[in-house]
Amino acid sequence: MWKLLQIELYKIFRRPRTYISFAAITALILVVQVGLKADGETYINFVLSGLKDSVDIDGKLLNGYFVCYVILQLLLIHVPLLIALIAADMISGEANMGTLRLMVAKPISREQFILAKFLASAVYTFVLLVWIAITGLLLSLWIFGTGDLFVAKISYAVQLQSNDVFWRYCGAFCFAYLAMLTVAALGFFLSLFAENSIGPIVATMSIVIFFTIISTMSIPIFQKIQPYLFTTHMVNWKEFFDEKVNANNEAILGSIQNPQRIINSALVLAAHIVGFVGLSMYLFKRKDVLS
Amino acid sequence: MLGPKFQALGIKLLSGQNPFVLTEYKIVMKRILFLVSLFTFHFSLLTHAQDMTELVKKVKAKLDQVNDYQADGMLKTDIVFIKAPVSKIKVYFKKPNKFRLKKEGGISILPKGGVSVTAGNIVDINSFVALAAGDAEVDGIKVKMVKVLPTDENNEVVLATLYIDEAYLLIRKAVITTKENGTYEIGLTYGKFAAYALPDKVVFSFNTKDYKLPKGITLEFDDNVKPGDMNKMKNKKGKVEITYSSYIINKGIDDSVFK
Repeated sequence: MWKLLQIELYKIFRRPRTYISFAAITALILVVQVGLKADGETYINFVLSGLKDSVDIDGKLLNGYFVCYVILQLLLIHVPLLIALIAADMISGEANMGTLRLMVAKPISREQFILAKFLASAVYTFVLLVWIAITGLLLSLWIFGTGDLFVAKISYAVQLQSNDVFWRYCGAFCFAYLAMLTVAALGFFLSLFAENSIGPIVATMSIVIFFTIISTMSIPIFQKIQPYLFTTHMVNWKEFFDEKVNANNEAILGSIQNPQRIINSALVLAAHIVGFVGLSMYLFKRKDVLS
Repeated sequence: MLGPKFQALGIKLLSGQNPFVLTEYKIVMKRILFLVSLFTFHFSLLTHAQDMTELVKKVKAKLDQVNDYQADGMLKTDIVFIKAPVSKIKVYFKKPNKFRLKKEGGISILPKGGVSVTAGNIVDINSFVALAAGDAEVDGIKVKMVKVLPTDENNEVVLATLYIDEAYLLIRKAVITTKENGTYEIGLTYGKFAAYALPDKVVFSFNTKDYKLPKGITLEFDDNVKPGDMNKMKNKKGKVEITYSSYIINKGIDDSVFK
């Protein structure tokens, strides 16, 4: 199994296509960082315009934690598309090259084959997120320094003390990994049904975009189905950046407003991953491989 | 103007002329009395305003003992749509009106334009007029209510009502109406540093405006707040509390601190 995984990882990281995602993410993050370094105060004033009618907010708002939050808000909607580039190519790519039949003829079980392929996608997703963490969080902290994180939500704002933020990012990245893995599992599942990569990649992207739009719209009929869409749960990494308050409206250090929501969403995403991978194994076992 | 007319009337009356003249005399007397009472009332008002200016002068003299101070304290923000932790702060003040509240590496949320209005610049009687507004009680302490009106039209403060403890020459409470930032109330509690008129605790209360950000900015799918909660948030008073633990008084502060 380990050998299989090594082979699959070698195949992924040997392809130039794999590095498109890393290059695209690096470019996007650098653009955001340069933009905020040049004129971040204007952006902050825009985000806090609703609050500044009532209060003066003094201090270093533009810090590494804030910049990383902005980056994650922008990127975690688009990263799934980059993940689909690799995950949706895992089986269909082999079929396209005509090597799938050859591989299933080897003395390994089809379950092992599918599992190794998916684990390779999971490792790729993990490396991509680690790269986002390095460039988005660590590089931002190096450029902008640390400080309290001020998060403006729809109907309230949250101030998180600088010593109470880093662990939240660790949690948020772990959650984001689960979310990205769900997309990887979906792309992987769709790649079973095609003999070229374009179809499953476009299908994965379309599903993610379609579901994201439904998840965003505040129309009552859509709101009823939103809890059943994995895209609704994918954005709950933000729950790590909301804290509880006591009876005196003082924020409680180290608390999370809605831990149950994080757990529920994580379970929903994990169920999707298990479902897609399980279904892939089940279908591939019965699949008549002709290519 | 009244002199010759009054004299003529007096002569007419004494010489037993037409009784109608008596009515005319009464009217003139009433006018005189009215004018006298008007002058007396105006004079008494001036005297009262003068009294309050003296009191404010005394309060200012007490405040003037402090040329600068540096204080450590805790900042507590209680605004319905902001979740903020209690945080350690440093406050710097230098005459005449330099004021800075700092939280090392952190963010401080303060009432709009409010904290920088210090007792010192409210009682700057060179540009304000002080009028008596009666007696009141603040936390069981009898105080004089003084309305302070700025004479300078460009002053940010439109009206300040000070609740002055005459015995200790301390401002116990102030209600300040500003041009740009509405009205806010400042409650001051004194302790160890009352001799310098420096409070142990300052509570700012102010009105807040509604807050709502579009989903496009926050990129959130779900608003955690129910419509009922939104109504609770409307027209709520915000409160910012600063509790001072120590003061370093008149030891000099570099101007760079205030930049």
